[in-house]
Amino acid sequence: MKIPKNLLYTHDHEWIRIENDIAYIGITDFAQHELGDIVYVEIETVGENLNQNEVFGTVEAVKTVSDLFLPVKGEVLELNPKLESNPELVNSDPYGDGWMIKLKIENIAEIEELLKPDAYASLIGA
Amino acid sequence: MENIIENIKKTALNKIHHTIGGKMVEFAGYEMPVQYTGVNHEHETVRNGMGVFDVSHMGEFLIQGKGALELIQKISSNDASKLFPGKVQYSCMPNGNGGIVDDLLVYMIAENDYLLVVNASNIQKDWDWINSHKSFDTKTTNISNNICLLAVQGPKALQSLQKLTTINLIDMEYYTFQIGEFAGITNAIISATGYTGAGGFEIYVENQYAEKLWNAIFEAGKDVDIKPIGLAARDTLRLEMGFCLYGNDIDDATSPIEAGLGWITKFTKNFVDSNFLKTQKENGVTQKLVGFEMVDKGIPRHDYEIWNEDNQIIGKVTSGTMSPTLKKGIGMGYVSIEKSHIGNEIFINIRNKPVKAQVVKTPFIQK
Repeated sequence: MKIPKNLLYTHDHEWIRIENDIAYIGITDFAQHELGDIVYVEIETVGENLNQNEVFGTVEAVKTVSDLFLPVKGEVLELNPKLESNPELVNSDPYGDGWMIKLKIENIAEIEELLKPDAYASLIGA
Repeated sequence: MENIIENIKKTALNKIHHTIGGKMVEFAGYEMPVQYTGVNHEHETVRNGMGVFDVSHMGEFLIQGKGALELIQKISSNDASKLFPGKVQYSCMPNGNGGIVDDLLVYMIAENDYLLVVNASNIQKDWDWINSHKSFDTKTTNISNNICLLAVQGPKALQSLQKLTTINLIDMEYYTFQIGEFAGITNAIISATGYTGAGGFEIYVENQYAEKLWNAIFEAGKDVDIKPIGLAARDTLRLEMGFCLYGNDIDDATSPIEAGLGWITKFTKNFVDSNFLKTQKENGVTQKLVGFEMVDKGIPRHDYEIWNEDNQIIGKVTSGTMSPTLKKGIGMGYVSIEKSHIGNEIFINIRNKPVKAQVVKTPFIQK
């Protein structure tokens, strides 16, 4: 299970990569592995201001459907346009081409509540 | 993640599944492989090559003796008197209240000698139900824990399996079986049946031969695209064919007539619920199980509501998935009769939004 050191994580298996006040968000390698083949990523929150832990979209695997939770409060700026026709990128490259949304962070202090790589590793028993 | 459940049952191939990387889950009281490499890949392997499923969790009952046929006729909806030795029949057991105890396969081995194959989740319920109807001259034996069942499915299955037996497989008609030597195992049941619509066979042997059978099949198929297949792909494969799954599409509350199983409900004989079902067939039903395809983007799931154009509930999704073959959402569900015709527009309530779908003919894919 890959857990990159430069990311922060949620208990719900999202990752966040922070570049100043902008963040990229996706789901972890563990999450994509547990979900299995991902066939649809539905995100209809672009342009919306959402709170931490609010649902920003849904990921559908062949067998299951799972909500996506926002790691920190902010405005959803865009979704990864590649996922429209290639949702399987979430499986093949969860931390790279499989990113889901770009976010403008509103309250950077909230990142204190996120899990560091070591803490996330112990959460999933890796 | 591994499920740690006490008393969980294991098939004779459990060790092999772990060794080859099967993702194991609890299903119907058994630890079963839900997938190995990935559901879409496994699905395509069965459609185009050859896949092997361990479905040893299924239940098997022997029904023997002078009263065997009479018992089967009483409990099942199809007409088992049409069977001959070597013939298989799909049937269901009505429950006396208009619903279904289980669906099953009935194998006629010889006169007064039948094998019933039932769903794993219903073994105890079926066993009790069948025995509550049996007379003194019928012997019933539950051999579920002794039998290994492999489904070997896909267009390449025939040529590969032929290497393992002298039985002429190509001459076997759909829904027939033979008992003979297979991979050096005597008394194997080779059955031209399956739950995928991809062609192939199902093979029954005693548990002691399970690993031998598994290894022989993979050796015979090594020149073609052969893969182990998990329960997840088994579900998408059967759903593309519009085959019912007990517990989803049929259950104790749905009638065989509503479920579109009129073709296995024969009023040439009396059986549990035959009068009720006959009346239902003559008078018509108020809801029907239909297949539908998503017109707009979305994936239907079990228990989602089905709406009409005015957002009124007209039914419920019983099975749904993204079809790996069609690359769109497909499903089955019960809808009120006026919306059950091919081409009718319906809406699936996906996260509180009506998403357009259309009633279509099943199977969803052409063979």
